[in-house]
Formats: sequence, C-alpha cells, structure tokens
Amino acid sequence: MADRDLISKCEDAAKRIRRRIIDMTYATGSTGAHIGGSLSIVELFAGLYVGKIRYMADDPNWEGRDRVILSKGHAAMALYPAMVEAGIIDESELESFKKDGSRLGGHPSLNGLPGIEFASGSLGQGLSLGVGTCLALKRKNNNDSRVFVYLGDGECDEGSVWEAAASAGHYILNNLVAIVDMNAIQYDGYTTEIMDMSPFENKWRDFGWDVITINGHSIEEVLNAYDYRGDKSLVILAHTVKGKGISFMENNWKYHNASLSKALYEQAVEELEAAI
Amino acid sequence: MIEYNKRNIRTWSLLGPSGAFGTAALELAETKPDMVMLTADLCFFSGLERFKAAYPDKLYNLGIAEQNMIGVAAGFAKEEFIPFANTYASFCASRCADQVRVNMSYMNLPIKLIGLTAGYGAGILGATHMSIEDISFMRALPNITVISPADCMEIIKVVLAVANTPDPTYIRLTGPMNSPIVYKEDYDFQIGKAVKLAEGDEVCIIATGSMVYQAMQTAKLLEAEGVSCSVLNMHTIKPLDIENVFEANEKHMLLVTAEEHSIIGGLYSTVLEALSKEGTHKPILPIGIRDTFVHAGSYSYQMQESGLTAESMKIKILERLQNL
Repeated sequence: MADRDLISKCEDAAKRIRRRIIDMTYATGSTGAHIGGSLSIVELFAGLYVGKIRYMADDPNWEGRDRVILSKGHAAMALYPAMVEAGIIDESELESFKKDGSRLGGHPSLNGLPGIEFASGSLGQGLSLGVGTCLALKRKNNNDSRVFVYLGDGECDEGSVWEAAASAGHYILNNLVAIVDMNAIQYDGYTTEIMDMSPFENKWRDFGWDVITINGHSIEEVLNAYDYRGDKSLVILAHTVKGKGISFMENNWKYHNASLSKALYEQAVEELEAAI
Repeated sequence: MIEYNKRNIRTWSLLGPSGAFGTAALELAETKPDMVMLTADLCFFSGLERFKAAYPDKLYNLGIAEQNMIGVAAGFAKEEFIPFANTYASFCASRCADQVRVNMSYMNLPIKLIGLTAGYGAGILGATHMSIEDISFMRALPNITVISPADCMEIIKVVLAVANTPDPTYIRLTGPMNSPIVYKEDYDFQIGKAVKLAEGDEVCIIATGSMVYQAMQTAKLLEAEGVSCSVLNMHTIKPLDIENVFEANEKHMLLVTAEEHSIIGGLYSTVLEALSKEGTHKPILPIGIRDTFVHAGSYSYQMQESGLTAESMKIKILERLQNL
C-alpha cells in the first residue's frame, strides 16, 4: 500500500499541476486549449511522475527509464506540468505553451523535448506504439522498464485501439500498462450517448488483460494500481471527472476545448486556492 | 553472403518479387542483429517461409491488422531496432495512411515498409488489391524515401541497402512470379542514383519498377524502326535523381515516363514537377495507368488493357514523335 507521505506529496503536486493548467489555458487567450480532459488526468500523472516513474532527468535516454506514451495527446497541457514536477523540464518553459516556435505544442511532438517518446494527436495510435516498445524492450532483455500508455475513453472508439489490445494479449506483455482516463465525455457529449462501449471492463479482459478499476482522482488508488505487477498487460480504468476541480467545468462537455475570460479565470483560481 | 551470379539471378527471377524479398530478408537476419521482421498475416505470401523457420524469434506476425503493425514497427524503430514491415501495397498506402503519415513521416522513424504486389501484381483479386496510387501518397509525405526496384536482383540490393540508412523507406514491389530479368549480371546500386541501361539520342524512357524491362523491350522495337532510344532506370522516385533527369532532357527530343502506377502523382508527375521548375523542357509522354480502375483479371491482361506493354509503348512513342 502507498505510504501517507508519498500520497500527500503527490496530492500537493496535483494541486500545482491543476493550477498551472488554468494559467496555461488563460495564456492561450481566445485560442483556448483542451482543458477538460487535462484536468481529468491530473492525479494519474501526479501519481506517475511524482510517485512511481523510473526516470533520470539528467539522462533522458537512460535505457532503464519507463516509457510514457500520451495517446490522448490533447492532454499535453497536463503532461508538461507533470514533467515539471519530475524535474524533466523547467517550470519557466510552461509559459511557451502553444506559442509559435515552442517545444510545448498542443499535442506532444518529437522536437527535442526530453521525456517525449512519440508524437501524438491522431487518436488511436498510442497503444500500438506501446506494444511495439514493449516487444522491443523484451528483445533487449530490459525487464525493468515499463511502458505507460494514456488513453481517453472516447479515444477507445477507434478500432486501432482494439487491434493493439489484441496484440498485447497475444504477446502477453506484462511490461505494458494502459491507463484509460474515463471522464465519460467526448467532444460531442457523453460517451454513453455518442458511442456506448460498455461493458468496458469485459472488453479488456476478453482481450487477455488484467483490469483494475479505480477512482482516478484518488492518489492512493492511483499509486496502488501502478504498483500492481501481474503476468499480463494491465489496464487501469480510471473513473474521472472532466474539468475536475473547477465547478463550472466539471462534467461540462463545452470545456473539452475552451478559452477562459478574465472573470472565469479568476473564479477558477479562486476555487483552486480555496481547495488548498 | 549473397552471390550475384547468373544462376542466382535466374532463381530469384523464378521466385518473383516476394521470393527475392524473402532471400534478402534472410541475409539481413544473418548480418543485422537488430533487424526485426513484421507482417500482417502474409508471412508465406511475402516469401518469409525460410526466414520463419530459421529466425522465428525475429518474426512478428501481427495478424490481419495492418495499422497496428505500423505502430508496433514504430515502437521497434524508436528502440533502435531496424523494423521491416510488409503487407499488400494497397494496404501500406491507403489502409495505413495515417499511421504511415504520423509514424514514418512526421516522427521520421526508420521503418522499412515493403508494399507487396504493387500495381497489378494482385489485380486478379480486383481493385481492392490493386495499388495504383501508392507512389502518389508516399512521395507527398516528408522524410520518406520511395523506391521501386526494376527486377528481382534489384529488390535484393534495395532491401540490403535500406537496412543501412536511417531513413523511413517505402519499397514497392512490382512484377509477377517468373519475373523478367533486367540485370543479367552484378552492377552498382545506389539509392537515389538512376541507372542508364541503354543510350540513344532521340527518345529517353525514364522507367521505374516492372516498366524498366518493358522500356528496354520498347527501345529494341524502336531501334528496329530506326529510332534511337535511351532507357533510364529510375528506381528511386524520392529523392529523385534530378541530375540524370536534366541530362535526359538536354540530350533527347522526347521524354517518356513509364510506370505501373496511375499517371497522377507517380513518376510522370515527379519528373514533370522537377523539369517544370527549370522553365521549358522537352515534350513528355506519360505511359502509366489512366485515371480509372481496370477490371479484375490476370497480370498480363491488365498490363495490356493499360497499354503497359512494349508494343503499345512503341506505337504511342512513334505517334508522339510524328507530332513533335
């Protein structure tokens, strides 16, 4: 079980990440950013980057590192601040988010930013990359590193996700961890209304995966799930709230991708500070 | 070590493009420890039977799931393996279009993608298995090298050569089993460097893939008609050997492009684009597949229907020469 000190360290990091997401969104002006699905994934990243990841900030290509693949690339705005918590990038770089020439794009790209294994943005491709990476690590006899692939629940509409899921089951990749950020809302509305994938757990089990279902905002549950080691690929189905932490954004599909007025920004900051 | 002798050249020709690919793959497995081979349920069709028997742990058969295969190949490439992946050319270019675009082109990951039965190689199965637009798609993508070997020996040379480059590469295999031999003996192959196979001074046929052999036959037929004809094997379509294209333009009255591919976006477009940047150029006659799907049928039937035979090319070239 995760110890209390680590839990509270991760919880503090999650608060900072959430605050940075609000600042980054506001700084994009009228362009806006994918705020809803970034706020839902915060604890999942805080738990990994502060609690569990094998990574050496001074040696980004260290063979023993865990590989992180953000298949739901639009949550990059949560990934970058999480990487700040792990010392992979400097906090000051967050100011460049989505600016011309920045390394911090709206979706991750291979542009020299440490800690980014693959570009993403075209949904449904990350799990295949994860399967390939896991097979490659096994060929290298690297039995220490794990591959963490973060998907959205809406993303799982893509057929290519299930091609990859089948192959992970086939090759019995116990070094693969998929995390589905199940915020239950996609671009056009509730996932149950747009494309109901239930029973979701059964689908993964039937493809040969171990399944852990958690509250994706409970750091304790997140850390315990990351500690799980089994013989198969693991999927963590993390129930989350889109727009988590900001009252007017929570479960509001209009905040999938949105900008913030000064008034709304100030309200969001106020709510986050009250929570601290 | 593969020996480029007359006996082997004949054997590779009998085996056809897939058999030649399989031969090269076996050689790579022996010489390149980091090479891995991926297929999408086409292990035997792609000539990998011996490979599978000798190196079962290097072969990853991803089943009938081509898009996943490209992603898995990208994972291997990122971890510094040399992944070769194969499927029908039509599936390389169109079914996996986004995976190819994101993983090979955008991320510049050195996947070596083999397009089997490009053109009409599987045309008996209908338009779903024809691949007449793959060059057009692949060459529009940054970073990807596009190669179309002329015969079975060249396939082997290409496969061995691309394993030594850091570039994502698409190799389209054209031609039937018992494939015509262009090269009767060993020669120097370099990616991006066209090969002059015949030298004349009136017409130059710039050909790629299966059409190189047809171009050589055409040159002989034209010779009998008193027309002097050069043949240039443009095996690499991207990056194009611009120097040789310019030289051909300078030295001849008529240029002809020949490809087992749509005339939209393929070799014809590539050559025309390169020359038009320089201002005026000699007339160019495109020999290729017109903008339609030919009815399912045998390879020879479809080549004839599309005018991709030496006899048909000769007639078109003579007509064009008369109207210069």
